Amino acid sequence: MAAVRYHVRHDTRYHYDQMVGESHHLLRLTPRNLPWQRVLGHHLAIRPEPAKQRDFVDSFGNQITAVQFTTDHDSLEVISEFWVAVDACPPVSERAADLPWETVRDSLRYRADRRFPEDHLKATAFRFASPSVPIDSRYADYARQVFTEGQPLVPAVIALMALIHRDFVFDPTATDTFTPVNQAFEQRRGVCQDFTHIMIACLRSIGLAARYMSGYILTHPPKGKPRLVGADATHAWVSVFVPGYGWLELDPTNNVLAQREHIVLGWGRDFSDVTPLRGVLLGGGDHEPEIAVTVVPQHDFASLYAEGGTYLEEVPE
Amino acid sequence: MIKQRAVTNVLSHYRPAEDRYDELLSAGASPAAHWQPLLRQFNQETLDSLNLRAQTVANAITEDGVTYNVYEDPLGAARPWEVDLMPLVLGAGEWQRLSAAVAQRAELLDRVLADLYGDQTLLNEGLLPPALVYGQAGFQWPCQGIRPVSGRYLHLYAVDLARAPDGGWWVIADRTQAPSGAGYALQNRLVISRAFPAPFHNLPVANLANFFRSLQTSLSGFAPCGNEQPLCVLLTPGRFNETYFEHVFLARYLGFPLVEGQDLTVRDDAVYLKTLQGLRRVHVIFRRLDDGFCDPLELRADSVLGVPGLLGAVRAGKVLMANALGSGVLESAALFGFLPEISKRLLGQPLAMPSVASWWCGEKPALDYVLEHLDELVIKPAFASMRMEPVFGYQRKGVERDRLIRKMQSHPHAYVGQELVHLSQAPIWTGQPDRPLAPRSIGLRVFVAATPSGWQVMPGGLTRVASEAGVEVISMQRGGLSKDTWVQSDASKPTTSLIKKRLLVSDLLDGERDTPSRVGENLFWMGRHAERAEGTARLLRAALNRLSGHDQVDEEALLGLQQAARIFETLPEPDPDAAPEPLPRALLSAVGDLDHPGSVASILKGLQFNASQVRDRLSSDNWHALNRLGKPLAPPPTTADGAVRALNLVLLDCISLAGFAMDDITRDTGWVFLIIGRRLERLANLCTLISVPLFSDRFSRSTMLEWLLEVANSEVTYRTRYRRSPELLAVVHTLVMDPTNPHSVMYQLRQLQQELPEMGRKTGQLFPPDLSDFERTLRGLDLHLFEKKRPDEACEALGNLLRDIRAAAYRVSDEIQRQCFIHTRFSRNSGRRNGVEH
Repeated sequence: MAAVRYHVRHDTRYHYDQMVGESHHLLRLTPRNLPWQRVLGHHLAIRPEPAKQRDFVDSFGNQITAVQFTTDHDSLEVISEFWVAVDACPPVSERAADLPWETVRDSLRYRADRRFPEDHLKATAFRFASPSVPIDSRYADYARQVFTEGQPLVPAVIALMALIHRDFVFDPTATDTFTPVNQAFEQRRGVCQDFTHIMIACLRSIGLAARYMSGYILTHPPKGKPRLVGADATHAWVSVFVPGYGWLELDPTNNVLAQREHIVLGWGRDFSDVTPLRGVLLGGGDHEPEIAVTVVPQHDFASLYAEGGTYLEEVPE
Repeated sequence: MIKQRAVTNVLSHYRPAEDRYDELLSAGASPAAHWQPLLRQFNQETLDSLNLRAQTVANAITEDGVTYNVYEDPLGAARPWEVDLMPLVLGAGEWQRLSAAVAQRAELLDRVLADLYGDQTLLNEGLLPPALVYGQAGFQWPCQGIRPVSGRYLHLYAVDLARAPDGGWWVIADRTQAPSGAGYALQNRLVISRAFPAPFHNLPVANLANFFRSLQTSLSGFAPCGNEQPLCVLLTPGRFNETYFEHVFLARYLGFPLVEGQDLTVRDDAVYLKTLQGLRRVHVIFRRLDDGFCDPLELRADSVLGVPGLLGAVRAGKVLMANALGSGVLESAALFGFLPEISKRLLGQPLAMPSVASWWCGEKPALDYVLEHLDELVIKPAFASMRMEPVFGYQRKGVERDRLIRKMQSHPHAYVGQELVHLSQAPIWTGQPDRPLAPRSIGLRVFVAATPSGWQVMPGGLTRVASEAGVEVISMQRGGLSKDTWVQSDASKPTTSLIKKRLLVSDLLDGERDTPSRVGENLFWMGRHAERAEGTARLLRAALNRLSGHDQVDEEALLGLQQAARIFETLPEPDPDAAPEPLPRALLSAVGDLDHPGSVASILKGLQFNASQVRDRLSSDNWHALNRLGKPLAPPPTTADGAVRALNLVLLDCISLAGFAMDDITRDTGWVFLIIGRRLERLANLCTLISVPLFSDRFSRSTMLEWLLEVANSEVTYRTRYRRSPELLAVVHTLVMDPTNPHSVMYQLRQLQQELPEMGRKTGQLFPPDLSDFERTLRGLDLHLFEKKRPDEACEALGNLLRDIRAAAYRVSDEIQRQCFIHTRFSRNSGRRNGVEH
């Protein structure tokens, strides 16, 4: 199967109650190139025009655009658009899949008498508590329902994903961006961000390495209904370190492995490392962003945007 | 006679404990040589005179206002620093060894930081467990890969030392991000030397000033400033920080402006200080703010103390942070066990000074050992960010002990077991005739500065003393006593100080240096709030007087006053969906309700906040008047009569504030902002008030003139001039046109026309906003139109003009805010330029 091509558009609009004189923002909206994901052109449109704009790469390898405004503004609009070709991730070899999870856990533990292989050392960055993900015995206890003695890692992780999908209710009213993960865990409801944080907490609490994936997912309109602009949302899922393979991506919100329909923006220890837009305003009062995300496969692009309105109309070759 | 009362031997009855080192006596049977000069000096004096000196020390501390804010101290936030009369003396030879070891540790930790925020070979080679880096909040991910412009991560490093019973020194803790105490150490030296007579000054004691001079010149020398004059600032979290006194003291001593995060701004990846004279480029930030709080954009988002974008400026190499952001990662006792190997690897040398024996529980064998020997160990948090108090294992019994063990087993890498340290003891002055000196446990904090020619150790330090005999934990967080620390010097060197002995003509200032924008901003808002409080109080008093009706309830006047109060946002707009609040209750709430932002009480609170920010510029009388302000409204009055009495008191205080504003404050740039703030607020308030009758129908208008004169504080002017009841034409002239009435619109405009250009001159800003057009229009107003029987048209025209003037006053206020305080530009296009077309 050839790679699938998508056009992604991610609009963010802030309307501030009061004039803002000075503001600083970090945008994490540039998708990463990966062995199975190729970015075919990216366009970032920012209004008003920033006084200063600069790109840099963070410690996790994600590209960040830093922007600053020093003239009065009462709104901010950021439109990110890109084409991307997504291939299937390579399959996990039998040998890697059969590794008992305790072996993996022990291989991530420090011992004075040995060195970590390079990939293991890198993975340890995602093995500990982080700003939004605690390590706690209640997560370990939950995970141990499926991480039983001697279980191979990969089936156990997939079972954990299924368990979370079964036990938790998708409910956008139950949490917001800043709801602590413990609360979402207790009330057994939340959105993709919560499910992802919970699954990461489970994995780290039993000594495994897991990271927070930020990006988009292709959604399928209800049967007979047309695809709509702005009907999608940003998405989050988990990747877990599998020695001998790399990072296996799992989506507890949809109970699927990430395959062809997940588009990666970047990753970090948790949401706080990869917030798509983070800013500090001087003044400004209350503000809630309007966010519209549209993910469309190449073959639906022309009909969806029949009236234009995109920056990248052509698929770059 | 004197001889008889002299203390011939201060050491009589000094009995140190056997099981630990005594600084005075353990080196031999009699005090070591380096103590002798000091003891001789003590022995030449009487007990009374020494006690008098101890009192002088205490007084000096109070006079200098040296404090250490203790969290949750029931005695109040600030507690005076306490300094013992008896310094700690260290011998020259011993000091040499000690300072070499401390300098080596500074070098080592600096290299460890370079490694952790660089290639991380220590992790690669297994010399450090990842848990001690990735597993703690102190590792600042966004700082990874940033190399400081100076090449150094540590510029001022401090280490806490304790002396073992065998006389050797141990490291207890490393202070790597923003160490405190160097300023207190210097203050202790100043106070102690002031308390003693001249012979004392000739004792062979190493001088501290050279260390601070090196710190000062090194920081300037490392500044990425090209050909510019380097500007170093000291960044403080603010006056609520427990060591704020030290920040003020050090800033003055080093000659660095003391700034808070809000005083700085990042533009084009460079850091600037906001001053009333414009933005000034900052090259070095000597900080007392912890890592996580320094930049809300990239570090802790909830920090209001930092500078958004600071990390970007650091990354761009345009500012030097001392110490580097992220250096807090090394403030961890869990590292101790790994340092000997790391020292061999990075320095090719063995670690010169041992750390106190520590077991990091993240390694299974260490955890097992710690749990087995719990009674002999102190359990400490592995990382500073955990904010956990050390726990003595032997003190934990039963359920508590089980809970501790469970916590350690579930999060082993977060705990460290540390050997119980028997601290050494040194004599403190008790002043008692039978036993003038008593032994007490001490710890020593030593400071090291990075200089271009290597590490320089402060020859001295901060000796901290346990709060009670037998106590082993020394922490300033609990308050406590400290000592001056003397290092015996080989030769008597000339003494120098960064503080001039006395001022010379060339030091005299009749103007001022750059005034921080924050000062101007708070004075400006002090002016606006003071005027608004006064205006609101007058308005409410007029309404309450008519309500309580010593004559009769004056319904008509009340309607107009209510209308004005709503425009002032003192009374809420009526809610069409709710039952109207009875007027008496609404008025009382407008007087005293702190939850209502437009109330007199709230405005006064805002005024007091602004005043507190510029307290050092206000005379103590002025400050007392400010403190008195809200008192009549606490508790809030519950009757109309009570409210009127309270408002009378508030108005008296407002008037004295106005007097202070005119007569008591130095007429510098800050003062101009205070006056302009008052003027603009009064102008806007007058316009609001006068427009109420102008926009009313003829009948209502006639009932409003009386209270209008009263609220605009022009009753007397009117009465002495016209000696008849208020008439429209004369009232308009008095309140709008009369340039001699300090409560008229014209008067405010004319004053502002002098003060705004003055502000422009003082701040060097390009464009002092101009209100002269309005003055001209007003002068051209034909008052004859008001002679008509139905002057409705004239009223409306004047009303519109006043509305425009009010809007202009607010615009000017915004513009001052923008140009002088926030330093941003007004956006002249609406920001819709680069649309979808490109």
